[in-house]
Amino acid sequence: MSELLTLKYTVHGDNFTGAGEASVSMKRELRQLGFDANVIRRAAIAMYEGEINMVIHAEGGEAEVIISEDRIEIILRDEGPGIANVELAMKDGFSTAQDNIRALGFGAGMGLPNMKRYSDDMRIETEIGKGTTVYMTILSDSPKNAL
Amino acid sequence: MKISEIASLLDAEVLCGKENLGGEVKSACGSDMMSDVLAFVKDQAVLLTGLLNPQVIRTAMMMDMQCVVFVRGKKPTPDVLALAENCKLTVLTTNERLYTACGKLYAAGLRGGDLIE
Ligand SMILES: Nc1ncnc2c1ncn2[C@@H]1O[C@H](COP(=O)(O)OP(=O)(O)OP(=O)(O)O)[C@@H](O)[C@H]1O
Ligand SMILES: [Mg+2]
Repeated sequence: MSELLTLKYTVHGDNFTGAGEASVSMKRELRQLGFDANVIRRAAIAMYEGEINMVIHAEGGEAEVIISEDRIEIILRDEGPGIANVELAMKDGFSTAQDNIRALGFGAGMGLPNMKRYSDDMRIETEIGKGTTVYMTILSDSPKNAL
Repeated sequence: MKISEIASLLDAEVLCGKENLGGEVKSACGSDMMSDVLAFVKDQAVLLTGLLNPQVIRTAMMMDMQCVVFVRGKKPTPDVLALAENCKLTVLTTNERLYTACGKLYAAGLRGGDLIE
């Protein structure tokens, strides 16, 4: 289906205060395009978790959101340390975050599982020392809208 | 429960979003871990927290919440409040501690609502 809009953001790794700005902006755009509230919420939560991960684990990166009528594709690219064991990282409660991150309200090891829960498709490409790219697709028409 | 009732039960100061005090909310949650709020909260419209950073507001925004209550008399900085104003979020601050604030609202009938399995 036809592409409506592509959004591109730089996510700054040195600035926890600004973490989430890209997600807030994407949410506003989706609203203006008239997407269903449940679709917007799923995309917003998934992107926000991923954006926070880029800030707290990977010193920032680039976010790209490709919006079509039937789907929202989110690509989060960073040049951070990479993820040693993706299967383990996907488990509820697995986190390498330290106490300083917990003091900020994150680091429970719930982000990646939550991104999987709210997206219709999620794929992680990662290489130690090179970085991580997370691809997520949120379909407009999905049983997950009832979540 | 109306947001205005929450404010009066907690003797809270309204920091922004006065125009939405008449809004009706069905359930609430209390946490200092935004990770948990993002992962377990379903459609709770109120977040009570002792955490004081912009991520509290952004988390509430992402989850389509209507009201954030800062406990123990905490007040966010103007830039954090500006974020909340931008998205029509009502922000309250109460001197109560998290446990007591949640307990008062619960006792007055505002329950926890559904949790994600
Ligand atoms: N972009 C990334 N780069 C490097 N490591 C990552 C990245 N994203 C996640 N990880 C690793 O995967 C682990 C699990 O991520 P997840 O988002 O599930 O939990 P968390 O970020 O530690 O805590 P929470 O998301 O609950 O705040 C992280 O602790 C980190 O070790
Ligand atoms: Mg995370």
